[in-house]
Amino acid sequence: MSKKLLAAPYLIWMVGFIIIPLALIVYYGLTGRDGAFTFANVVSITTPEHVKALWLSLWLSLISTLICLVLAYPLAMILRNRGVGRGSFIVFIFILPMWMNFLLRTMAWQTLLEKNGVINGILSLLRLPSQSLINTAGAIILGMVYNFLPFMVLPIYNVLCKIDDDTINAARDLGANSVQTLLRIWFPLSVPGVISGITMVFVPALTTFVISNLLGGSKILLIGNVIEQEFTRGSNWHLGSGLSLVLMVFILFSMAVIAKYDKNGEGSAF
Amino acid sequence: MKKNVMVCGMAAALAVSLAGCKGMALDGPANGGGTSAAGEGKEASDELYVYNWGEYIDEDVITQFEEETGIRVVYDLFETNEEMYPIIEAGAVTYDVVCPSDYMIQKMVENDLLAEVNFDNVPNISQIDPAYMEMSKAFDPENKYSVPYCWGTVGILYNTKRLEELGVAPPTKWADLWDEKLSGEILMQDSVRDAFMVALKKDGFSMNSTDAEELGQARQALIDQKPLVQAYVIDQVRDKMIGGEAAVGVIYSGEMLYIQEEVANLGLDYTLEYVLPAEGTNLWLDCWVIPKNAKNKENAEKWMDFLCRPEIAKANFEYITYPTPNKGAFDLLDEELKNNKSIFPDTDSLVNCEVFTYLGDEVDSIYNDLWKEVKSN
Repeated sequence: MSKKLLAAPYLIWMVGFIIIPLALIVYYGLTGRDGAFTFANVVSITTPEHVKALWLSLWLSLISTLICLVLAYPLAMILRNRGVGRGSFIVFIFILPMWMNFLLRTMAWQTLLEKNGVINGILSLLRLPSQSLINTAGAIILGMVYNFLPFMVLPIYNVLCKIDDDTINAARDLGANSVQTLLRIWFPLSVPGVISGITMVFVPALTTFVISNLLGGSKILLIGNVIEQEFTRGSNWHLGSGLSLVLMVFILFSMAVIAKYDKNGEGSAF
Repeated sequence: MKKNVMVCGMAAALAVSLAGCKGMALDGPANGGGTSAAGEGKEASDELYVYNWGEYIDEDVITQFEEETGIRVVYDLFETNEEMYPIIEAGAVTYDVVCPSDYMIQKMVENDLLAEVNFDNVPNISQIDPAYMEMSKAFDPENKYSVPYCWGTVGILYNTKRLEELGVAPPTKWADLWDEKLSGEILMQDSVRDAFMVALKKDGFSMNSTDAEELGQARQALIDQKPLVQAYVIDQVRDKMIGGEAAVGVIYSGEMLYIQEEVANLGLDYTLEYVLPAEGTNLWLDCWVIPKNAKNKENAEKWMDFLCRPEIAKANFEYITYPTPNKGAFDLLDEELKNNKSIFPDTDSLVNCEVFTYLGDEVDSIYNDLWKEVKSN
């Protein structure tokens, strides 16, 4: 009985802030303005503008995820090999920016990338031609990589830390060289972390609208922007919810992938 | 086993909440309609729920109102008309006095969300210049629902020095924003109606057009312009122009005082000028209105009356710097401000200007779809 009572706050939290909002999205997504049941909102993902926005989102988030992976894996290896003390200090440094608001950090990038911004200021000091950095797809990818990199590093680092040194030593004893150890031992054992890192970067990158608004100058329309605009500007919550349902398919898919490869929750970031 | 219990519980909760939200959607706007302040008339309440734009009042004015009337003000903010509307419509929070723009007031009137103002309780309405009461008839034909608060125009802000460097003459009309020499130097407004206003007005159409051909032409114009546009932004136009990021930007006239002060304060080596495009522009008016489900209607009228007082309107003008329709307040201003044409333009320069009207949900969604096509192109 007392156990149930203790669980009550969590249950209320889950119902109130997760289940009911999700149910509302489903309800809005599957009804029209007149309140009648319809699939039109979900099907509208096939209109050319939406397909284009979705495709661009998938493409940009895929690139950012790959960049994050390439940057994060060696870093996680280095951190692990540093041992507990110094390694965790670097991890701490890595998490430090996350204490500041994500929005503020993205706006700081605006100042850096602007035409009269910091980077172009330095370039002109060095008498180099100024670059148009902001309001491009590249700036959006940069913003995604910058914001989501810790979500890739931490799960991989966690998994690598759990690999026993003896396993590595055994591989060496049996004559495996560095490359073989990496490909046959390190990597297969770290797959849960990699998968969890990939989804933790890919999903928020796919759905972001803030980064593309701030660093893309609203010139580049991602699927997140479409949904945001339906809610805040277009006042068409039904269409916005319908498109959100489509995005949820991608999220459910990645959760299924995690469940398959990361059965014991080893790769969880925190 | 445990898992199954969880799943069942979730399914049950889902079903309940689905049923719940259906109920809400049905009776949301209707409730509260009959329980307005009229019933509680005798025992005057001492609360007032205000819903306003961000940075759209001098905070001291609120304190002064509270001290004078003994009414406690609960003050909330919104950022766009579109964000405000569903909240009033759902009626989950009942605000007593709200400050939407022209076309949104019309939408609220048409959807029966507003209560008529009892102007006997707002004697200071006489301070409002009759010209603006006339202007507000575009969305409130009988002046029954709204009390004008701020007004303004939308125009082009340009950086004189930057244009000289580019060898472009200062803009005088919207069509100048299609000049290829301005590639990457244009800041456009990131809102559907404002962006289409520019394109429609450029070709001499009404900015309230519902004609498919005119809208199609405007859409094409915006697509043609897109490669020249540096960014679509709203509030950032101000700071980006001050920072010298772009040569021209589409901006609300109310920002001009702040911009001129900043340029002077920062000692910049360029000046920023504002021009009203020759083809005409958006003339907008924000007004105070009382939602139908307001619980403290009389307090709301006191609030309206208080804000119409010349000294108060002047204090607000000095803080917000958006032009005031209050004649009494205007008379109190310095000569220099009165003659600042970018804030108080001559009436004859406003001939081609229009006020946005609400075009109905269907046309709204046509605009939204066209805008999406522009953005995704």
